[in-house]
Amino acid sequence: MSALLDVKGLRTVFETRAGTVCAVDGVDVEVRRGECLGIVGESGSGKSVTFASVMGLVRSPGRIDAGEILFDGRDLRKLSQKELRAVRGRDIAMTMQDALTALNPALTVGVQLAEVLEAHDETLPRGRRARTRAIRERSAEILGLVGIPSPDSRLSQYPHEFSGGMRQRIMIAIALACRPKLLIADEPTTALDVTIQAQVLELISDIRAKLGMSVVLITHDLGVVAEHCDRVMVMYAGQVVEEGPTTEVIGSPSHPYTRGLLGSIPRLALRGQPIHPIEGQVPDLIDLPAQCRFYSRCADRTDACLTPIAVRQVGPHRKARCILAGEDTQ
Amino acid sequence: MGFGKFLERVLHLVPVLLGVSVIVFIMMALTPGDPVQIMIGDQAITPEQESALRRDLGLDRPMLERFFVFVGNAVQGDFGESFYHRRPVSEVIAERLPATIELSLVALIFALVTSIPLGVLAAIRKNSIFDRIATVISLLGVSLPGFWFGILLLMLFAVHLNILPVAGRIGYASEIAPITHFLLIDTLLRGRPDAFLDALSHIVLPAITLGLPMTAILMRVTRSSMLEVLQQDYVTFAEAKGLSRRRVLFRHALKNALIPTVSVAAIETGSLLGGNMIVETVFGWPGLGRLVVESIFLRNYPLVQAAVLLYAVTYVLLNFFADILYTVLNPKVKL
Ligand SMILES: Nc1ncnc2c1ncn2[C@@H]1O[C@H](COP(=O)(O)OP(=O)(O)O)[C@@H](O)[C@H]1O
Ligand SMILES: [Mg+2]
Repeated sequence: MSALLDVKGLRTVFETRAGTVCAVDGVDVEVRRGECLGIVGESGSGKSVTFASVMGLVRSPGRIDAGEILFDGRDLRKLSQKELRAVRGRDIAMTMQDALTALNPALTVGVQLAEVLEAHDETLPRGRRARTRAIRERSAEILGLVGIPSPDSRLSQYPHEFSGGMRQRIMIAIALACRPKLLIADEPTTALDVTIQAQVLELISDIRAKLGMSVVLITHDLGVVAEHCDRVMVMYAGQVVEEGPTTEVIGSPSHPYTRGLLGSIPRLALRGQPIHPIEGQVPDLIDLPAQCRFYSRCADRTDACLTPIAVRQVGPHRKARCILAGEDTQ
Repeated sequence: MGFGKFLERVLHLVPVLLGVSVIVFIMMALTPGDPVQIMIGDQAITPEQESALRRDLGLDRPMLERFFVFVGNAVQGDFGESFYHRRPVSEVIAERLPATIELSLVALIFALVTSIPLGVLAAIRKNSIFDRIATVISLLGVSLPGFWFGILLLMLFAVHLNILPVAGRIGYASEIAPITHFLLIDTLLRGRPDAFLDALSHIVLPAITLGLPMTAILMRVTRSSMLEVLQQDYVTFAEAKGLSRRRVLFRHALKNALIPTVSVAAIETGSLLGGNMIVETVFGWPGLGRLVVESIFLRNYPLVQAAVLLYAVTYVLLNFFADILYTVLNPKVKL
């Protein structure tokens, strides 16, 4: 069966005064039906922009420069705005990093839930009163599904009347309202404290199993990936640097950057070993030299790294963008 | 909002009004010119008649005494007699007030219905030709002096094109017995659409002149708050839900963008009061603003003092109202 989402050669740039920022540079993403794909990388590595591009939500001064975004076999870049709106929220849904800013402070939770049903749900009755009642029932049902107690009475409340964890659940409820085939969860736990984080991730996993949807879980926490994702993709400076089944990538990382990330996560580091956060910073994404982007921060760098580095096949299901790993696929 | 908060705001009025009284009183006293001399004009009267008049108006007392008498009476709601009309000031002001309120409301409505769509459009089409033209117009709107702009409009529409009247609130032929004293309403209540149109044609130019600076300010506020709101995550999230562009713009963005616009509008309504004096004078509008200007020239102390106090109260109440509006529009804020 073909992949649900197949992104090929995506390139997204931002025209700024300082120059053209190449935030996503030749990224391939494949999301299979029913799987959970983890996307990791430090902030600024292009995770959010990649999936904003998928949803067609890149705003000026940004634009998609090249690439194909095949969803269910259709290239989303070739759709009209109207066709794209029919896909957004119905087939592909998204949650954002911070539910506090993603929910509209001036509209009740009920309104924000109802409008997505109103926009996409074709099973709703036509008559006005029956429709209103059906939307209300559906809304309460969905809020219940994500674990909001007494959902009926909370529909008329505003986002600020909920706790951080509850707001995250509400945002997930809105995203899931039309039972999408793909949920893109952009750092769903970063804004939450640890105990709530686990609950929210459990919730996403549960619902994924229940609805059989695919999930893209963006995070900068490899621990979260280890626990919830079938496969993982590591991004650095706008490129994919490593990709493969989670257990393999975490068990024996091929790219020095992945090793660095693993070393910086306390609970995954080997017992008794000191923790090394990766030193240095993500390079400026304007006018990048044609060489390994991790060069300046890499402990294993050689002069051979100063040439453009292609993605190499590391194992049957694994790829990495490092000359020290596997064989050149080209 | 609790009753305590409300009471607190009302109590804030006391020092404001006292301060305003002192300032107006001193300013009137320091303004050169003697009301009695102005009233006498060219008439030949004896010195005895003159001092009798002075005593009659209470102007023979020392200034400090006059001030305390004024405050003492004002607290009891007595603002004295207009020197010129020889009737209670409150009566004279009450007669003129409806014309001013009507003009201000029409100017306010004009400002709101023009500034909000223009501001939204300028934000959506940021940096377009339209946005640039709107920027220039709004710059002119705040910087053009009202009297100059008013005279310009008069010359164009009333003199050259001769399609709108030059002055007044309504033509003689359209005069009707008052009900609410708002002519645009009374003419309709009396079933006189012709008179309504006549009143409307009289109010158009002064209302535009009065409302233009406010239009300019509100347009800038709407544009910038709309631009800010369009960058918010909740707008992106609304788009991610696949909502129509109209719903994203008006339900999600505009509802939030209007919060500053409405607050500024409520506060700026106070500035219409000052504009009224100029506009009413230019357009011969029989309202409070023109009365105050005339009274200043006549050194009609009691009337000017009472009117300025009224302005101050209105201004404070409008600010209060702006705060209430802000909380109504913004569910996150509780007063
Ligand atoms: N509006 C923008 N203008 C200019 N550059 C941007 C803009 N949005 C994102 N970028 C660039 O894209 C890069 C990747 O951003 P993002 O995808 O948000 O990173 P991540 O989600 O991995 O933290 C950032 O480092 C930034 O340089
Ligand atoms: Mg991000």
